[in-house]
Amino acid sequence: MNKVTNVELIGEVVVITTEGYLNKDLGDEIQNSAQEHISNGKNKVLINLERSNIVNSIGASILIELIEQLQEKDGSLAFCGLAPIIEKTFKIMGLTKYCESFATQDEAVAAM
Amino acid sequence: MSKKPSVELKLPILKDMELVATQTAEIVAKHMDLSEEKTGEISMALIEACINAFEHSESKSEVYIDFLIEEDQLTIKVIDKGKGFDQSNVKIPKIESKLNSDERKRGWGIMLIKELMDSVDFESDHTGTTLTMIKKKEATNE
Repeated sequence: MNKVTNVELIGEVVVITTEGYLNKDLGDEIQNSAQEHISNGKNKVLINLERSNIVNSIGASILIELIEQLQEKDGSLAFCGLAPIIEKTFKIMGLTKYCESFATQDEAVAAM
Repeated sequence: MSKKPSVELKLPILKDMELVATQTAEIVAKHMDLSEEKTGEISMALIEACINAFEHSESKSEVYIDFLIEEDQLTIKVIDKGKGFDQSNVKIPKIESKLNSDERKRGWGIMLIKELMDSVDFESDHTGTTLTMIKKKEATNE
């Protein structure tokens, strides 16, 4: 099952945790989850993909829209727990030029 | 001479059916003793190839996937009976031009496939497209 399993605010960081295949449906769900907090003034979003070990370019493309939105708010998007193939895919697409990637959620929240 | 082992899949055009192909790829890769890194690259390329065949080809029939197992490489063919495409019309996507512009954010599939596999070839006309991609057992695609 692919879904957002948790959305929480840790300090000023909106942490969105997922599970399963990062396809269009999950990309849209991440976007919708982030949207609520962005419209409330939050501009730092961390996506914890530790339990998502497969992605497609449609799901990843939706994250580009999220980067764009956060840039408009002087904010940032980061990832943690990326499987090696997802990290490689994001690198090929250029997402890692605009988003930091951390090994763990704690590390990411502390750095953001 | 013995026939090379192969696995053939016929996928209906249904949501997330590309995952059937990646599960098969994982089993084939394990049989060939390919590294986890190469297995991930094959799965990712296969997902993108299937999405292209499912969505962009506008095919109404099934998509066929053949895995040809050889000692030193895995050859995968993804065949659709769709409308075909002209490779010269495929733009190389750049995130810089997609950000803060009206350009659609999608269109990464072919670039990803080419980056992740060792060899990629398309044969396409109005009767369909055959994508042939190869992952070598030893050489890297870097």
